[in-house]
Amino acid sequence: MERRDFLKKTGPAVALAAVSGTTGLTFHNREPTARRTVLSKTASFEVPPDSNFPILTSARNEDPAAALNAALEGIGGIGRFVKTGERVVVKPNVGWDRSPAQGANTNPALVSEMVRLCFGAGAAQVTVSDVSCNDPRRSFLRSGVREAAESAGAEVKLPAEEDYGEIDLGGSVLREWEVLRHFVEADRFINMPVIKHHNLTLCTIGMKNLYGILGGRRNRLHQEIEQSIVDLAAFTRPTLTVVDGTRVLFRSGPQGGSLDDVRIENTVLCSTDQVAADARGAEFLGLDPDRVGHIVLADRAGVGTLDYQAAGYKEII
Amino acid sequence: MTIRTARNLRRASQVTFFFIFIWLVLKTTFDVDFNPAEVSEIQLPYPVSIALEFDPLTALMTLLASGSLYKGLLWSLVILVPTIFMGRFFCGWICPFGTLNHWMSAFKSERKERKGKRLLDSNRYKPYQRIKYYIFFFVTGAALLGSLQAGLLDPLPLLARSIGTAVLPTLHTGALAMTAAARNTGITPIAAVAGGIYDVLDVAVLPYRQAHFHGVLLIGVLFASILLLNRVFTRFWCRGICPLGAMLGVFSRFAIFGLQKDEEACGGCNKCLLNCQGGDNPIVGSKWRQSECHLCLNCEASCPDGALHFRFFPQQEDTRENPAGTAEVDVTRRKVVGSLAAGVVAVPLFRSGDAFEVKRSAFLIRPPGSLPENNFLERCIRCGQCMRVCPNNALHPTILESGFEGLWTPYMIPKIGYCEPTCTLCGQVCPTGAIQELSFEEKVGDDDTPPMRMGTAFFDRGRCLPWAMATPCIVCEEWCPVSPKAIYLREETAIDIDGNEVRVQRPRVDPALCTGCGACEYACPVFDKKAVYVTSVGESRSETNQLLLERAT
Repeated sequence: MERRDFLKKTGPAVALAAVSGTTGLTFHNREPTARRTVLSKTASFEVPPDSNFPILTSARNEDPAAALNAALEGIGGIGRFVKTGERVVVKPNVGWDRSPAQGANTNPALVSEMVRLCFGAGAAQVTVSDVSCNDPRRSFLRSGVREAAESAGAEVKLPAEEDYGEIDLGGSVLREWEVLRHFVEADRFINMPVIKHHNLTLCTIGMKNLYGILGGRRNRLHQEIEQSIVDLAAFTRPTLTVVDGTRVLFRSGPQGGSLDDVRIENTVLCSTDQVAADARGAEFLGLDPDRVGHIVLADRAGVGTLDYQAAGYKEII
Repeated sequence: MTIRTARNLRRASQVTFFFIFIWLVLKTTFDVDFNPAEVSEIQLPYPVSIALEFDPLTALMTLLASGSLYKGLLWSLVILVPTIFMGRFFCGWICPFGTLNHWMSAFKSERKERKGKRLLDSNRYKPYQRIKYYIFFFVTGAALLGSLQAGLLDPLPLLARSIGTAVLPTLHTGALAMTAAARNTGITPIAAVAGGIYDVLDVAVLPYRQAHFHGVLLIGVLFASILLLNRVFTRFWCRGICPLGAMLGVFSRFAIFGLQKDEEACGGCNKCLLNCQGGDNPIVGSKWRQSECHLCLNCEASCPDGALHFRFFPQQEDTRENPAGTAEVDVTRRKVVGSLAAGVVAVPLFRSGDAFEVKRSAFLIRPPGSLPENNFLERCIRCGQCMRVCPNNALHPTILESGFEGLWTPYMIPKIGYCEPTCTLCGQVCPTGAIQELSFEEKVGDDDTPPMRMGTAFFDRGRCLPWAMATPCIVCEEWCPVSPKAIYLREETAIDIDGNEVRVQRPRVDPALCTGCGACEYACPVFDKKAVYVTSVGESRSETNQLLLERAT
């Protein structure tokens, strides 16, 4: 056989062998590649403390929007929390496929008013979202929150698979966890919980509402529920907590289902201190905040202050 | 109108009805806008099951089995009555599955069996085309004894089921996987194009949440097999298997519209036979069969000599060279009786052995509003519409949970999805009333009526965290949607691994309050085998499958 002939005949085989070998060597023993989206919090949501204002205000009015405006004025007005051009995310509780009267979700009238106020203060973008327990489409529809938020001009983001990413929450129980992108990629975070009874934590108000930013299998968190709530609150540190006390779900929480489980209180709380907001809110359920595990734990962890009276509380009639 | 125009009309009709059908299946999903201030029930904006209501086989079989014709099934007369006069126009012009088989048969093949003489021979009427009549009479026999087996092979439910539970979820998974693969190449243009394609699909067809169904491999394989058989025999399904085609063939017995052949004009080119869809011998010299003809008009349109004509009151003279056409079905009386008898015998065979009510799986949790099991099996055509519309992906096709008889009927797998208490969509889309349409009040109950119950929850105390592991949990109680809650708690002392006394709340079920919705099972963190699970006992639809002597309302 001629040399030339030999090369011609073996050339393709050698080339294929070379490619195979190079591929094998290149990919040999690599670490498994992490194909996860990793998110980070794009801003600190909090505003600096201002001694001119109380840390917690409460207003009563049969008109939820009026109550919100009064409570908000008392704590410095929307201009203190939202500045021109900022991206605001509003996190109501839209956990369940329940109607507004059943008190399991945040009052839609408060959500729409909050969105309007944010735009009034110059917000560039207002997003309303929640990782619902029940089907999000149904929950956002029946709660009336989608309609309320959209009519006020906000963008409603139902949780979608591609919008989750992992984040280091830096807690002692909650470390790496899936979070919905909208809740960390914003300038301001307004937490809008509703006051509800809960058998494990006794109450679910502001800090517990933050569970709704999480994806993943959060049903396991119940095993360390108090610490995980505190971890989450310490991570999130919302700009403002607006507590819906217009209807209080005082039993069969957190879903309720019967109008007999709901008491009308016509109250809205505004707070820059989520522990204070929860402490005041817990009293609507007849609870002593000193005996509510996660509130006490959060106070000790320095997330906020349980003794809201001492820290500055104002009731607006 | 020329025959070519008529053939083009037929093609347009096929395309139109095919896409309407697919669109309806796509729209059988939670895609609604609703204002709770105005209505208490979420209603679908389109009558998504309407195509199934035009199915004469579904109508006849549910009528025979249940003794009534449910709601929209009266529409089936719109197909049946013209068939009596015209023949099987439905198969050639309307049936979306027929159209799919038509297309699958039509594109070119390199195999010599699909060309020339071999194709010509395979397009002649064949004895295997009788099988569909045997199937039709078999399912008729079964229906007479209250077992609706037609749905397994009825083309419209079969297509809805196959597309809805197998094809669309597979496409969705495929689209996701390919997009992810393209993104992971790290090559920007490829990733961008793939992302763009995905976004278009996402807006156009992909649902907010793609449901995936238990055990659909069999459904998918059957569907693919039927389609692939077209590559061997033109419209094998339509010619040989389809019980709806058989029924329409039988009902064409007295048709006044048919094929007239002009022996003198025929030049013997064989083009009619080459293009024949039904395998009904349009060619001069063979006996044309009304009951096999799909009225596709290909024979007349491809005849260069003008020897073939479809017309009312065709003259079909019998000569030695050119036997007359016939509207008779090529099945002997003996075979009809035999097939019917086989269907009749199959039902007691299905149900023999253990008592009918006992044999079912404890996990056969039927959708809310389902009729008692025997009545359910008189009606369910296994179209899968309820499974597709369920917003929680709770409903799945059975395999053997309701016996061989109930293959692919719907049941709930709470581990995958629970029944949303306020939802009544499955009853809204059921075309045959196997799942009755419920009002909001009937579903959730009010002061006078108990809620609709699908079963009862039970705890597996060996796996439950507070019971077995001294660990707090009670997610089940949190998720229990009834008020007062059917899951109640007692604080008790547990001993942990170090011997310490720990106070934990331990969940229990009150069967009088439990509706069997499965929310607890769904939410239970013991992921693989749940520590709380639902079985069918206590279901509203059964008088015997109960556990309490008296049940509070």
